[in-house]
Amino acid sequence: MSDISQHSPSRGLVKSGSLPSMRALLTLLAVLLLAAVPFIAPSMQLLINLALAKGLAVLGVTILLRAGQVSFGHALFFGISAYAGAFLTASLPGADIVLVLIAGVLGAALSGLLVGLFVVRYRGIFFGMLNLAFSMIFWSILEKFYHITGGADGIRLTRPSVLGMALERDSFEAVIFYLSVVLMVGLGWFTLRWFASPVGQIFQTIKTNETRLEYLGLSPKRALLSGYLLSAMLCGVGGSLMAMTQGVVTPEYVWWVRSAEMVFIAVLGGAGSVRGAFIGALIYEIVRVYASAFAGDIWQMLLGGFLLVIILFAPGGIMGIADSLIGKGGKSRPTTTKEDAQ
Amino acid sequence: MKKLLLTTAICVAMPLAAMAADKPEALKIGMTTFLTGPASVFGVPARDAMDIFVKNLNAEGGINGVPVEVTYIDEGAGAEALTSEYRRVAETEGAEVMLASISSGNCQTLAPLAEDLKVPNLMWDCGTQRIFEEGSYDYVFRPQGNATSEMLAAVAYLLKTHPDFKTIAVVNQDYAWGRDSWDIFRTALEVMKPDVKVVGEFFPKFGAPDFSTEISRLQALRPDVVLSTSWGGDLDTFVQQAFQRGLMNNSTFVLPLAESSLERLGSSLPAGHVVGARGDHYFLHPERRDDADFQSFMKQYKEATGDIPVYSVFHASQAFAALKTAYEKAIADNGVDWPDEDQLLAALKGLEFQGLGRSLHMREDNQGVESQLMGTSAQAGEYPFATLENIMIFDGEGLLPPVGETSIDWIKGLDASFVDGLTVKTYEN
Amino acid sequence: MDLTIFLLALFDGISYAALVFIVALGLTLIFGVMRILNVAHGSLYAIGAYATVSLTGFVLSLGLAPVLSFPLMLISAVLVGVLLGGPIEWLLLRRIYDKPEVLQLLVTFAVFMILEDVQRLVWGTQPYFQASALQALGNVTLFGVTYTVYQLILLSVVAMGLLFGLRFFLRHTVIGKLILATTEDREAAQSIGIDADRVFLFTFIVGAVLAGLGGALASPTTSILPGMGADMIVLSFAVVATAGLGQIEGAAVAALLIGLGRSFAIYVWPEVAVLVPYLIMVLVLLVRPQGLFGTSVARKI
Repeated sequence: MSDISQHSPSRGLVKSGSLPSMRALLTLLAVLLLAAVPFIAPSMQLLINLALAKGLAVLGVTILLRAGQVSFGHALFFGISAYAGAFLTASLPGADIVLVLIAGVLGAALSGLLVGLFVVRYRGIFFGMLNLAFSMIFWSILEKFYHITGGADGIRLTRPSVLGMALERDSFEAVIFYLSVVLMVGLGWFTLRWFASPVGQIFQTIKTNETRLEYLGLSPKRALLSGYLLSAMLCGVGGSLMAMTQGVVTPEYVWWVRSAEMVFIAVLGGAGSVRGAFIGALIYEIVRVYASAFAGDIWQMLLGGFLLVIILFAPGGIMGIADSLIGKGGKSRPTTTKEDAQ
Repeated sequence: MKKLLLTTAICVAMPLAAMAADKPEALKIGMTTFLTGPASVFGVPARDAMDIFVKNLNAEGGINGVPVEVTYIDEGAGAEALTSEYRRVAETEGAEVMLASISSGNCQTLAPLAEDLKVPNLMWDCGTQRIFEEGSYDYVFRPQGNATSEMLAAVAYLLKTHPDFKTIAVVNQDYAWGRDSWDIFRTALEVMKPDVKVVGEFFPKFGAPDFSTEISRLQALRPDVVLSTSWGGDLDTFVQQAFQRGLMNNSTFVLPLAESSLERLGSSLPAGHVVGARGDHYFLHPERRDDADFQSFMKQYKEATGDIPVYSVFHASQAFAALKTAYEKAIADNGVDWPDEDQLLAALKGLEFQGLGRSLHMREDNQGVESQLMGTSAQAGEYPFATLENIMIFDGEGLLPPVGETSIDWIKGLDASFVDGLTVKTYEN
Repeated sequence: MDLTIFLLALFDGISYAALVFIVALGLTLIFGVMRILNVAHGSLYAIGAYATVSLTGFVLSLGLAPVLSFPLMLISAVLVGVLLGGPIEWLLLRRIYDKPEVLQLLVTFAVFMILEDVQRLVWGTQPYFQASALQALGNVTLFGVTYTVYQLILLSVVAMGLLFGLRFFLRHTVIGKLILATTEDREAAQSIGIDADRVFLFTFIVGAVLAGLGGALASPTTSILPGMGADMIVLSFAVVATAGLGQIEGAAVAALLIGLGRSFAIYVWPEVAVLVPYLIMVLVLLVRPQGLFGTSVARKI
């Protein structure tokens, strides 16, 4: 299995020269800009909110890419979390937003553990295909048990309350927007810390040299499982936010094309990059909405062409391009794109 | 936020100005429709028809001198793109009225959204009866019938034309419409003809390319009646395969959406099977085919697309008629150049309007009352595909539960006398 | 379950399996040789079907005999392979053989997205149906149930023919042996003078022809409409993964397993029929991680 992550495990940790501070500064600027969106571009708020929710799920996929594994079924956890939230608000109308989020993430974690226990034995294409199979089974179940799940029409997730207050759509959307921004920053930071932790280090070594881990007496399966669990929970957070923003949950949340889309975005942003997951999601969502609005008949073709151009001419993704731009401005260092040639 | 400020500004200004909006340069409307995906068999004809309606109206000078502009939104691009686009068109582009949507799932997403955005929304094609039975809306209207009236018309027609059948099997698409429509149909059969036995229930997945195994089973089961509420490619495949293997000689097929497949099925839909049209929609509508507006549209549509129009075209015509009539009524009632939102909503309440079929009206719960046309297929030779004979047009009023009752509960309280109580007109062809 | 129903389910299962196998065969061949899981395979399948319908419609409109639709299927399949498969390999895939697996997969996914829109632009959104080939062969009645000769006999015969034909081709012809050698070790093959680029191009074209042929053969039995490729690709993935990637005989067995599982489910418990392919795949992979016939590859150190 060749790796697809563009970032060597230690990259994020070695802080040298002006580059990291430049990165931190740019990140800070980007977050501030996002936080200002409701004031400077209110018509973009919903779109960006959906992109952030998707970005959190893409972050989950990105984590696995660091271990060289690709899942074509992570929409499973996205969907399970969304449905958990919908069932909760159906049985407990006006449940609190935090409760909905926790229920969703718990659902995703539980299913992540169950599926993870099986799939951590596999690598490469089989890892991807097994994930696909599990997500398709869940998808079929959602369609089949329509008396409970609402079938293809899905079920409504009535608007949760916030700290006991029932909000109108405008205020609720503001709450969920800033919640998404906070979760993006918090979970993004946590993920970077996790990569630096001992488990995270072992996890990333699965990509480069799993056998050596075994010689050292470390369990790659256990490390992979913990990474898998984290990635499932991140997808769960994304799914829950998406469902609360949309107000409805459908089996489309779990459909294989959505899983593929997550991998697509991860590669677009820069495979293995935490920031790239969000930047990729933002760009993807904007391109997709405007392409379908202004070129209704060929939006898929435009997206496909966009993906081809990125892979053929900038395999480091958007972060790869950004890195090389920053790299040219600051210290010169090898561009990330060359590293993956094995 | 912006909306709030705007509302405040209007409230402050209100005592000073008369209750009228300024005449806009154009009446902008947004319409969600499937331009991609399997349901584009309905979405694309509806868009083509809409273009014709708009062109004709604007050629006549629009509504009170205001031309109409439509922005189309693709329902096939996925739920996120749909809701973002819907909001963009309603808020940023300033569409005054939205027409959404084809998919019932999308209607359930967009109806509450329209209510929150305070934009009048006409649900122009989705069938689910749940919307107005599970919630009440001020901004959402349905200028057409719903699944309940469509299925009850099919049951009534079947009982009137085939009173003696004993067994039935169902082959529906495995999604909400397929399940809901069968729930209504079965519940109605149970109270109106309790001796009928259901011998097989099949729900092949949506978009299934092959029904061979289901057809083998049906041949072994030999039911008197085979019901399928499928549509589009699924229905075409099922009927073709059933026809090919002789199943249609042994069983009577009841196909409540087959009007939309007549032309494509060609000679594969033999005579003697029950065909419905989700309303009184038929390119040879017995009460309308001699009218000048009907004929000139049929001609224009044929020139533009080369096809005969299917029911989604009729639904689009009804939504467009409701829109136009409501604006004209609001302008006349209030003696203004252009109505504001409240005047428009007031006009939509209980509105009477006529598209390409019979005239319709809105009930107090904003549900439209639409007549239902059912017929039996015949290969008359005039067209290279099946047309209808023994056509019955049911009045819509009797086919809907009273306001405030849910369909299934209401149907459970009906009995065999229901069918005789319906108002119906019969035509030979 | 009595014997009649058992036999009926068997017939249905076999004819379904035959079609799925033909499509999966191309997918597994490409993977076996080139190590690329081709998502665009589904689009090639759909375009094969569309091309057949258009060509047949054209020929029939000239007043020619419906029997001609059989050679037209083959012509459509070859056209798909040469006109689409060739350029895809030559212009795109050739540039990414040294790239990570997931990028290769995403390239084919991008091609899939582009081809989906191409189909819609060329053939529109209304479903097509062209059953003259099916009608030309007539029906056969078994145990009171009518089957079409086309589905029950012709599809099975073609599937068997392709299975044994491909086996023979790979093992007993020079080109076949070149393909096998390249599959075994690309660098070694090149060092003894095999033009690996041409072998890959040829293999991809053959795989694409098989996808197109699957679509062509399916076209008389089903509606041709947008989105048909997406459904087929997931199903053939399940077949190929169950069999073990690159296993040709395995794909036949897996297709039979899935086809029979599905048809028996429709007789016994119709509600689970749609789950059957995935359940079989998960169960098989849980017990045999490399698939039914796959061989485990030593992980590189």
